[in-house]
Amino acid sequence: MAKPKKRHALSTRLWHWTNALALILLFMSGLNISNAHRRLYWGDDGFLPEQAWLEVPRFPGWATIPDYYSLATARDWHVILSLVLGFSLLAFMLFALFNGHLKRDIWLRAREWKPRNIGKDIREHLRLNFDHGEGKYNILQKIAYAGVIFVLIPLMIFTGMVMSPGMEAAWPWMTEFFGGRQSARSIHFIAAWSLFAFFVVHMLLVVAAGPIHQLRDMITGGKE
Amino acid sequence: MQRRNFLVAAGAAFLAGCNEIGKSEWFGKVVEGAEGWHRGLHRALGGGRITMAPEYTRADLSPYFRGNGSLTVDTEAYRAAEGSGFADWRLRVGGLVNNPGELSMQDIRALPQRTQITRHDCVEGWSAIGEWTGPQLSSILDAAGVQEGANFIVFRCADDLNGARYYESCDMDDAFHPQTIIAHQLNGEALPVRNGAPLRLRIERQLGYKHAKYLTGIDVVASLDDIERGEGGYWEDRGYQWYAGI
Repeated sequence: MAKPKKRHALSTRLWHWTNALALILLFMSGLNISNAHRRLYWGDDGFLPEQAWLEVPRFPGWATIPDYYSLATARDWHVILSLVLGFSLLAFMLFALFNGHLKRDIWLRAREWKPRNIGKDIREHLRLNFDHGEGKYNILQKIAYAGVIFVLIPLMIFTGMVMSPGMEAAWPWMTEFFGGRQSARSIHFIAAWSLFAFFVVHMLLVVAAGPIHQLRDMITGGKE
Repeated sequence: MQRRNFLVAAGAAFLAGCNEIGKSEWFGKVVEGAEGWHRGLHRALGGGRITMAPEYTRADLSPYFRGNGSLTVDTEAYRAAEGSGFADWRLRVGGLVNNPGELSMQDIRALPQRTQITRHDCVEGWSAIGEWTGPQLSSILDAAGVQEGANFIVFRCADDLNGARYYESCDMDDAFHPQTIIAHQLNGEALPVRNGAPLRLRIERQLGYKHAKYLTGIDVVASLDDIERGEGGYWEDRGYQWYAGI
C-alpha cells in the first residue's frame, strides 16, 4: 500500500476538523437538551426522581448552544450535526482502512500490550517526552484514538439512534442491546463526557508537545 | 491573563455566531433538509414505511404516567362534560372525506379496538410506559372515505396552551399505521383528565408532543399551510420539528 507523503493524510485532516466542529456543536447543544429534563435513568422508562440514578446539574448559558434555554433550537443543531458526525466518521473509517492508516498507525499490536511497554509509555508521558515508541503513535495514543474512533463516537451515534422513536421502530433490537431507551440516554450522556475528557487531555498534550507545530501539521499535513 | 481574555472573547464570539446562525432563514432550510434525511434513513433502514414501535407487557407499566403540557381544559363546557363522564363528547370527522360527521363515545367504543402497551417519549427526555385502548384511526378514516388529494390528517383539540389552541398533524403513513389509535383508556381505565380525557391520539413512532389530547375533531386536508401558523402543530409553530421521529 502506498505510504502517504504527509504526516497526516488529507482525508484524516478533513475528518479531524469536521469531526471536531461537529462534536463541539453537538456537545454544547446537548447540554441545552439535557437542561430540559435533568435526571438520568436505567431501563426503558423513567420520570420520577426515585427512579433516577443521577440528578444532572443545570448547565449555564455560556456552555450551551444557543446560549439561552431553547430545546427546539438545540434539537435543530443536533438534527443537523448528528448526520455530519455519522457520515463523516463512516467516510473516515473507509479512507483509513484503504490508505493503511488504521493498520499502520492505530492498530494495537500484541507486543505493545505488554505491561512493561505500557508502564514505560506512562513514565515517558509524565516526563513530557512524546517522541518515543516505534510507530507514529505510542500505545497510550493508540488506545485513546482507537477508543474515540471505535468506541465513544459510535456509542454516541448508536445511542442517539435508539433515542429517535422513528429509528427505534426500524431497528428495535438496538434498543434492547443498550438495555432500553433510558439506558441508551444515560450511556449517551456518559460517552459525551468521556469525549469531553478526551478533548481536555488532547488539548493539554497538544499544548505540551508544541501547539504551533501540531496545529500546522494537522492543517497542512506536515512531513512524514 | 491576555491569553485568557482572548479565549473568553473567542468563546463569546463563537456563541454569538451560533445564536445568529440558529435564527437565520437558511439554518431553518438546512434543518428541514436534515429532518428529511433522518426520516428517509428511518424508512430505508427499517425496510419500509410501516415499521412497528416496540410493545411491552403489563409488568413493564410505569408506576406513574405523567401529564404534561395542558393538564385539563379550562372551560365551562369541559368541566360540564367531565361532570357527566364525557357521555356527550363528540369527535367530528371532516375535510376531504365522503361522509363527514360526528362520532359519539358509544360509536368509538363500538369500533374494533386495539390495546397496546407502548412507551411514551417526551421531547424533554423522560419516558413512561402505558397501556392504551381505542379504535385504529384507519378504521375511522375508512368509514369516512378519504378523498383523492388528501395528504395530511389534522387533529383538533379542546385545550389552549399559553393562549393558543393545541393541534397536531401527521402524514397518511402514520394515519393508517396499525399502532395509530384514538385512545379512550389508559391502563384499562377511562383516560385520566391530565392524560387527555376523553380522547387522545397515540402515534407511536413519534415524540410525545405529537400525541394530541382532548380530541374534538379530525380534518383530512391537502396542505397544512393555511392552518394556524402553517407548520402543522402547536409546538411545530413554535420551532419544533414536524417529523418528531428523531
